[in-house]
Amino acid sequence: MNLSQLVILPLFAAVLILICRNANQVKRVALAAAVGQLILTICLLFAYCNERHAGNTDQMLFQYNTMWFAPLNIHYHVGVDGISVAMILLTASVVLAGILISWKIEKLSKEFFFLLMLLSSGAYGFFISLDLFAMFFFLEIAVIPKYLLIGIWGSGKKEYSATKLALMLMGGSALVFVGLLGVYFYNGTPTFDLLELSKTHIPVGVQSFFFPFLFLGFGIFGALFPFHTWVPDGHSSAPTAASMFLAGISMKLGGYGCLRVATYLMPEGAHEYQGIIILLASIAILYGSFATMMQTDLKYINAYSSVSHCGFVLLGIGMLTQTAIIGAVMQMVSHGLMTALFFAAIGMLYERTHTRAVEQMGGILKLTPFIGTVFFIAGLCSLGLPGFSGFAAEMTVFMGSWQNADMWYRLATIAACASIVVTAVYILRALGKVMMGPIQDELHIGITDAGWNEKLAAVLLIAGIVIIGVAPLFLQHLLTPGVEAIMQNVMRSGI
Amino acid sequence: MDLSLLLAMKFELMITLIIFILLFMKIDGRANNQTVIRISYLLLFLNLGFGFAGNVSGEIFNGMFRSTPLLAFQKNILNLATLIIALSSYEWLRNHKHLPEFFILLLSSLLGMFFMMSSGNLLMFYLGLELSTIPLAALCNFDLHKKISSEAAMKMILSSAFSSAILLFGISLIYGATGSFDFKVITSVLTGTTLQKLAFILIFSGFAFKLSVVPFHLWTADVYEGSPIAVTAFLSVVSKASMSFIFITVLYTTFISMATTWYYVLATTAVITMIVGNLFALRQTNLKRFLAFSSIAQVGYLLIGISGASQIGIASVVYFILIYVFSNLAAFGVISVISSLTGKETISDYKGLYASNPALALIMALSLFSLAGIPPTAGFFGKLFLLTAGASILNWPLIIIASLNLIVSLYYYLNIVRAMFIDETDEPMVKLNFSTNEAVAFFMCVAGVLSIGFLKGVFEFIFGLSSVL
Repeated sequence: MNLSQLVILPLFAAVLILICRNANQVKRVALAAAVGQLILTICLLFAYCNERHAGNTDQMLFQYNTMWFAPLNIHYHVGVDGISVAMILLTASVVLAGILISWKIEKLSKEFFFLLMLLSSGAYGFFISLDLFAMFFFLEIAVIPKYLLIGIWGSGKKEYSATKLALMLMGGSALVFVGLLGVYFYNGTPTFDLLELSKTHIPVGVQSFFFPFLFLGFGIFGALFPFHTWVPDGHSSAPTAASMFLAGISMKLGGYGCLRVATYLMPEGAHEYQGIIILLASIAILYGSFATMMQTDLKYINAYSSVSHCGFVLLGIGMLTQTAIIGAVMQMVSHGLMTALFFAAIGMLYERTHTRAVEQMGGILKLTPFIGTVFFIAGLCSLGLPGFSGFAAEMTVFMGSWQNADMWYRLATIAACASIVVTAVYILRALGKVMMGPIQDELHIGITDAGWNEKLAAVLLIAGIVIIGVAPLFLQHLLTPGVEAIMQNVMRSGI
Repeated sequence: MDLSLLLAMKFELMITLIIFILLFMKIDGRANNQTVIRISYLLLFLNLGFGFAGNVSGEIFNGMFRSTPLLAFQKNILNLATLIIALSSYEWLRNHKHLPEFFILLLSSLLGMFFMMSSGNLLMFYLGLELSTIPLAALCNFDLHKKISSEAAMKMILSSAFSSAILLFGISLIYGATGSFDFKVITSVLTGTTLQKLAFILIFSGFAFKLSVVPFHLWTADVYEGSPIAVTAFLSVVSKASMSFIFITVLYTTFISMATTWYYVLATTAVITMIVGNLFALRQTNLKRFLAFSSIAQVGYLLIGISGASQIGIASVVYFILIYVFSNLAAFGVISVISSLTGKETISDYKGLYASNPALALIMALSLFSLAGIPPTAGFFGKLFLLTAGASILNWPLIIIASLNLIVSLYYYLNIVRAMFIDETDEPMVKLNFSTNEAVAFFMCVAGVLSIGFLKGVFEFIFGLSSVL
């Protein structure tokens, strides 16, 4: 299977969108591209499973490697393992749902879908890259589309949020690039190739200098405390589809980078900074959940809870046990789907009630049963109800974290577990206030329930959540070989 | 001397020929502006085309004048930049009273740069430098009725004279220390004594003036703001490019025995230049001033690449300048069109530009992204390769500071993007029509910005050329 298709298809669609004549054509092209992309990724999943069943034990499958800039030994090298396949599936689902949700967008629809396509192309490219330079290229490609999506179509203090997001992410990229150069020059022959680098032993002194750059840089993308501040502002100012993309995929680029690049290439560095990572992740988890309790705007509620949930990803990575890392990747997928669903539901509601303030709403479930149900499912998944993906993922993270026998790390695990109670408080309170009770605003009585596009988007995401929740083993099996390869490097360094 | 070696001077002879043709047209006086402009464009196109074929390498006049494949390529870049500048200033030139003189002066300056780049001798270098500077001062004043233009020209000529004096002092010290003007002889004699270091610092200051390296940058913003946009573009792209090309040659060959000395000088000035350029760019409201400071910051990055002192360093500098030509000239092209049609030059005038002139806004945005180093534009590769070349010394504080500067520069480039795409305005610009000439220039720039990073042969080709300076 040719992986580059994943990058080229959205780019091709983006060019097509540019030459479309009217908004209808634009929407159709975007939808067709997103559906095609989802089909392609499902094919990829099957092809991947087939190869594995056939006994192919290569670390990365479907590799393609060609020289890009020979003098600097920069390649365009792509390939996937289970982790990337899972992230690619997540991306395809969220993008399709995002396009369906934005179906009724009127302002500059051509530009809107063009930017969405560009964004998704960057995400696919990031997940399939095995050359760090190419990976960095795809990481940075997404900064400007995000800025414009928030700035042009956003709401509230959009210019502030858009600038903040762009600058913080650029800061993350700058740190990442310094880290990459460190890796590049301290290898015998300078190379950016991930697989080659993973085999060489980077000197410990180099690791302890450059690991923070890579981890912090990617961590900014993944809402690492105290660099999470772009998340609440960015997410709440963005238009619905962009919020879904930001929380569902963009933040995962950070987690994926922390795991695949920082931890994989510099295991000794990861050990050295383990305590700090776990401390920061625990703070993010607790601080995020307590901060959510204070919010009255639905989007801020979900944004702060994203900070808390993404803390689990970094916690799992920081624990450096196989189960915890599998849990972290599962949490990435689960949170991506769940938060996209939540933002979609908030978007649907906002479009109808023109408010996101919790106290101005009530009894919505009676008026729009479908949207209400979606809300409930997203909320319950967020607080970790068994049967949904959130439970499976968080449970795995906790189990894996407990395997790390250090007392302080176990304390951190306990603290992280305790945050679930807080999550329950804010989720149930918000759900109860918005969905149940008397209708707050007379004007809300006339609102309509979800349209076909919104239903389709919600069903798609819910399907993902439920499948992972009911049959988590499948996802775990998919992830295990990839995580094992990373663990090999971690064990090499000796715990 | 073999006459065929005169072919080594092909670029210079071509330019001289064009200057004479235009001069005769001026003296003849029958051709109107339209004809002159057409013929000039045609000649510049031919000039660019001929530059690609039949290049001869070698040395003539006892090593006074050198020609290498790399030099030929660099001259091609400058020819291309001159052509783009000429095309995109069509609207401003169309009704100018002294049209032929504009081209004559522009090309004289270019001729001086070519001689300077090809020089193998300090005297030849100085001659080329002066030939390139004096016509430029005249060009700065080309909007004859504008006071601010005269002021710019005055500042330009005074600061140039000052920097030339410093440079000459350095050259005389070198002559005193080594007894020769010839680059090769100097290389073999230099050892790095205090006197030679002093001479190097003086010569470096001369270069720093032209490249507007901080703290020698103070003339830049005023001259850029006062000059006509075409001249500003020429100053900020062609003049800087030629200076950095010869700068590399001088550093890498003549002063190679003092490599540690100039590394620290370069690294320090690079850091100061980036920071000062970026901080001042943040506060600008006039677009020409803004681009002046942003180009100062870009020079900071250029110095980092040069400090890499390797074949990669040369290649990344030439590659960066090739990209810089496209991205910066696209920005100047847009400013030129808007300024000559409406007279508007401040950032707040650009509010809502995307709604009224989508094409111009998109071109501007692309060029700004390229300047900021955002993929998929070519600027991303250019900037990162400079940093990679600089990082090969493993001086990490320098690379960290440079990377963090990328954030600041993104902020001010985004300010303009925000004005064009996000801000709304009460007095939107009218729909502007620009001619085919400008469209051709824009097309070249946009194609360059979008494609260079993906044509993987380009960097390899430049790298191959860089083996011989």
